[in-house]
Amino acid sequence: MSEMTLCEKVLARASGKDSVTPGEIIEAKPDVAMSHDNTYLVYRSFVDTGATEISDPGSIAVVLDHRAPASTVNAADSQKEIRRIVKEFGIGRFFDVGSGICHQLLVEDGIVQPGMLVIGSDSHSTTYGAVGAIGIGIGAMDMASIWAKGSLWLKVPESIRLEIAGAPRLGVYAKDIALKMVSELGPMGADYCCIEFHGSYFSTPNLSERMTLCNMAAEAGAKCATVPSRFFKNEVTHSDSKSVRACELPDDKAEYGRELSIDAGALEPLVALPSLVSNCAPVSSVEGEPIDQAFLGTCTNGRLDDLMIASSILKGRRISGGVRLIVTPASREIYLSAMKNGIIETLIDAGAVVTNPGCGPCMGAHQGLLADGEVCISSGNRNFRGRMGSSEARIYLASPATVAASAIEGKIADPRSYLR
Amino acid sequence: MICGRGWMFGSDIDTDKIIPGRYLDNYSFEFLAFHAMEGEDHEFASKVREGDIIVAGKNFGIGSSREQAAIALKHAGIRVIIAESFARIFYRNAVNYGLLPIISPNCTTVFKNGEEICVDLDNGRIFSSDDSGREARFFEIPSIVRQIYDAGGLVGLLKLSDENE
Ligand code: SF4
Repeated sequence: MSEMTLCEKVLARASGKDSVTPGEIIEAKPDVAMSHDNTYLVYRSFVDTGATEISDPGSIAVVLDHRAPASTVNAADSQKEIRRIVKEFGIGRFFDVGSGICHQLLVEDGIVQPGMLVIGSDSHSTTYGAVGAIGIGIGAMDMASIWAKGSLWLKVPESIRLEIAGAPRLGVYAKDIALKMVSELGPMGADYCCIEFHGSYFSTPNLSERMTLCNMAAEAGAKCATVPSRFFKNEVTHSDSKSVRACELPDDKAEYGRELSIDAGALEPLVALPSLVSNCAPVSSVEGEPIDQAFLGTCTNGRLDDLMIASSILKGRRISGGVRLIVTPASREIYLSAMKNGIIETLIDAGAVVTNPGCGPCMGAHQGLLADGEVCISSGNRNFRGRMGSSEARIYLASPATVAASAIEGKIADPRSYLR
Repeated sequence: MICGRGWMFGSDIDTDKIIPGRYLDNYSFEFLAFHAMEGEDHEFASKVREGDIIVAGKNFGIGSSREQAAIALKHAGIRVIIAESFARIFYRNAVNYGLLPIISPNCTTVFKNGEEICVDLDNGRIFSSDDSGREARFFEIPSIVRQIYDAGGLVGLLKLSDENE
């Protein structure tokens, strides 16, 4: 039998085969299938197929996070429908408004485990690779087909072996490495591929940082991204199933389509310039660019360590007059821990607006949209035109530290001067 | 054979441009169609007609998994999208909604904005209907994609396979 990458192993198991090869079309059964506010669309297509029962309700998870709480009557109506659907079909894993962002919750709750196949009707489903799973994003109708028959056709992707070596210097975070990765690969550099992470960077295990990296792999077009569990064995819950556990690690002689490396130790803080994520530059090249809003949150960088870094920079300081700082914790658990640690108090003291957990203004639905001509620096993952409101607004992406430093100065700022 | 007017777009047309996030709380297909491509071309929805074709550069549909991007284009009248390349989730969504995505490495250099383009899948040709002989190369459409397209979309295919069981 040929040697397989982590992704190939997971897909072989999920499709009941001994082995799979890149390019092959398979019919795969996900261990977990997640949809969010678009569950209403899933349901509509599901009904159209004529199905009357969900094939495997135990594998389905539904999260209300994108417009939570409902921002319009339309959103309220569809969320009401979703609650009814969840009851009617006996969907066990339901996270209502206020729980947090889908990707955060599925990891935090231990639902996603190493070696699993997770399909999500959200493009950042790549995030699940942070616990050694394979997470693949699809649309709502594909999810309806999973509801109806329990499986989905997939093309087996080629794997890219991406080695991240070294330890980042002061002021450089997983987000900066992620931005570097996307700019090196380009917006389609990992199209249809699985990025398998390796390298000494992962020898200090940090789930949050791995989530940031796997999350942003989507911005290089990756179908999935994963970190083999040898780097964090004791840090996550492993599956009880032997066959799932057998897919946690790639084979030693697995074949990769490409091999790349990034020297984390050589990086400085980066920003993605408007309006493409791969458009990266050192923060020093845009220092002084005035901003109107700073946003700290999202499935990329809305976790406890992110809030902590920002609050350590903002402690005893105030954000610049005329600037809004919006903070959206990624989950209720994170929100609570940040409250207990005094982080929320520090942020509010500094002038931040702290919202409920969820997606916040990340995709321009509510809670802090941008006006014509405004500039925002965000800890999120996308800066496309119109992403956060007006298509005449401009969005920069950066680490939570850079976002916090910029909020203080009212213009894009290098976080390193606040860290010494 | 499918013929329609071709509308040209550049590369990296993301789903925020095809249908901005603020409209996603509305599930009326007509409403979504009315805002199709709004982030790139405000006039698009009023210009586009039933049966029209989009011709675009690289990475069409990059970004969010929102299926409303495919829905908006479909209900605005678009039947075929010819692009140098597609973002993968958009590609799937388009096929699922009965749109035909065609990958053509030279489409943007062969065709002109607004002209009539014909797609003849059976004979493997995409050409300008003006007799000038201009043709675009394109990659073979994978059989699974052809199957879904021929069934009118994924729901159609699922219904078919139910009947055959
Ligand atoms: S936080 Fe932003 S990128 Fe993440 S799931 Fe929500 S809308 Fe998508």
